Amino acid sequence: MSTLQITDLQVSVDTEDGPKEILKGVTLTIDSGETHAIMGPNGSGKSTLAYSIAGHPKYTITGGSVTLDGEDVLAMSVDERARAGLFLAMQYPVEVPGVSVANFLRTAKTAIDGEAPKLRTWVKDVNGALEKLNLDSSFSARSVNEGFSGGEKKRHEIAQLELLDPKVAILDETDSGLDIDALKVVSEGVNRFREREGKGVLLITHYTRILRYIQPDRVHVFVDGKVAESGGPELADKLEAEGYESYLGASV
Amino acid sequence: MTVTDAAAEQTADAVASALEVDHVESHLHPVSSFDLADHPMPTGREEIWRFTPLKRLAGALDDAPDDTDALTVETIGDASYVVGTLAPGQHPRGAALVPDDRASALASRHAPEAVHVRVPADTELDEPIGHRLTGAAGKRSHRHTVIEAGTHSRATYVLDHRGSGVHAGNVEVVVGDGADLTVVTLQDWDDDAVHVGTHEAVVGRDARYRHIAVTFGGSVVRTSSNVHYAGPGGDAELLGLYFADAGQHFEHRLFVDHNAPRTKSNVVYKGALQGERARTVWIGNVLIRKVAEGIETYEENRNLVLTDGCQADSVPNLEIETGEIEGAGHASATARFDDEQLFYLRSRGVSDEESRRLVLHGFFQDLIRKIGLPELEEKLTAAVEDELARNVAGKVL
Ligand SMILES: Nc1ncnc2c1ncn2[C@@H]1O[C@H](COP(=O)(O)OP(=O)(O)OP(=O)(O)O)[C@@H](O)[C@H]1O
Ligand SMILES: [Mg+2]
Repeated sequence: MSTLQITDLQVSVDTEDGPKEILKGVTLTIDSGETHAIMGPNGSGKSTLAYSIAGHPKYTITGGSVTLDGEDVLAMSVDERARAGLFLAMQYPVEVPGVSVANFLRTAKTAIDGEAPKLRTWVKDVNGALEKLNLDSSFSARSVNEGFSGGEKKRHEIAQLELLDPKVAILDETDSGLDIDALKVVSEGVNRFREREGKGVLLITHYTRILRYIQPDRVHVFVDGKVAESGGPELADKLEAEGYESYLGASV
Repeated sequence: MTVTDAAAEQTADAVASALEVDHVESHLHPVSSFDLADHPMPTGREEIWRFTPLKRLAGALDDAPDDTDALTVETIGDASYVVGTLAPGQHPRGAALVPDDRASALASRHAPEAVHVRVPADTELDEPIGHRLTGAAGKRSHRHTVIEAGTHSRATYVLDHRGSGVHAGNVEVVVGDGADLTVVTLQDWDDDAVHVGTHEAVVGRDARYRHIAVTFGGSVVRTSSNVHYAGPGGDAELLGLYFADAGQHFEHRLFVDHNAPRTKSNVVYKGALQGERARTVWIGNVLIRKVAEGIETYEENRNLVLTDGCQADSVPNLEIETGEIEGAGHASATARFDDEQLFYLRSRGVSDEESRRLVLHGFFQDLIRKIGLPELEEKLTAAVEDELARNVAGKVL
């Protein structure tokens, strides 16, 4: 059992005109076994929420708390958060020239587990994970994300999710930029992860499309740095039909 | 960055003068001469010496012979290709290299017997050959090596510098027509060593020459790696890796003289700097002469500055005397660690320190994997790993 608890989280970024408040009090509880979808318009602060939980240095926490199983996540360094069981699939995965996918995955796995994976099974696991995401084994030798297409980057993120096996996964627009086949492949990967014991997922998306493949337990509408409405899966249907307009009007 | 019309215009004067005389008046052409009198003791104001800390050269530019037992020499690989010695002027000594600075003139003058390495025509060597030089502390040494790669031969020559002392070394390379020669020069000196060197290659028709410089150790290391061509179709690739620590001065000077048509050159140097007064200098000179139509050249220098207090100078120079070229470009960048890369790695559980090491590893690996000689790639990777383990582990960056 694990719980990611976000309470009244407030976050700002530094701009030329001084700090700008982006998250204005976000409260969410993700229990293990649950998938929460966060949906919101461009610029509403979805990535800010994801990055803040992961500890990106660009964001300043000005209030609130984040805990994982009662532990203070905000007091942890970026890598400590990952080792504590958090994983962020990024909207724009970063290229790391000269570092092979194989080296990267082995280094990450070793860091997360606190010991090097068994060589024999590890190679099989890596090849298996890549293959399930339609990435052929030549990707092992390529530099991390370098020259990957948008879709390949996203599939590589989900391959990492399966291999690193965190407690809670935050997926930031993993669906955007994917064609329908890639969307299915990625969704299957996320669903395999969800089938494992006690996993939590925070699925950030702009579109309802992915929710046809990944059934959320809860849906939150995110507008202007906070949760405007929460509900069951039916809320996604409402958004599909009506869009964000009613929320945007209300927030002005 | 690629060459623009503005750059071409700037060289218009040079073009005009080149039409009249054979000799190009350019700072890319210092005086070439065996006579030491033509290379007076520099003051530090000279274009070719202005970056070098002359006071720290420990007498490397003094006109004095070798100290006894200054250098221990071991042969790497098959010694049968070391065929003898060459006196000054004894062919092929002098076929490629005429000293163009004082250090090179001294190395020539005080090395009465140059080491002659010769790979016969049509011979392909699977294993590298070479020499390991170990300098003795407080002692002065000179060396002149002539490497002759026969037509259509293929070989790799490794020159491994370590130990201490003050060393001036010339490497003269004659790459025969159609030959494929790789020269690797490792500078892994102790912290107090001083090394000034000139590597000059003449690349034959349709030949391939690769020069790989790796500088990890020494107090002052200054190498001039030069290339010119004996005919059309030659291809030169000059690669370099360096890692300067506190107080170290590493200066890599490159000069590619495109003096023949349809020749190619590709220069890529990558370096990291760390610690107080770590200093690197990269000078990339490329001259495209009037005759050099259809040539292609690209040069690039990237520096990664790991701490405050370091300085990386990077000076690409391109002089073009003909517009009839395939391509000419250069790029130069000096940067700090990319925060987004570090964040990405750390978000996967990798510690800050190890993330930095991984990014650095990648920075160098990106160059090493382009060499295309698997065994050499492995050795260089191991050398980089070793350097990173020694210097990036346990330090707060
Ligand atoms: N450095 C910055 N300076 C000014 N504004 C910033 C800065 N960084 C982020 N913002 C603003 O913060 C807001 C939230 O951005 P965020 O990336 O979290 O939105 P998002 O919901 O993920 O949008 P998208 O759907 O486009 O991915 C945006 O209005 C953005 O312009
Ligand atoms: Mg976003």
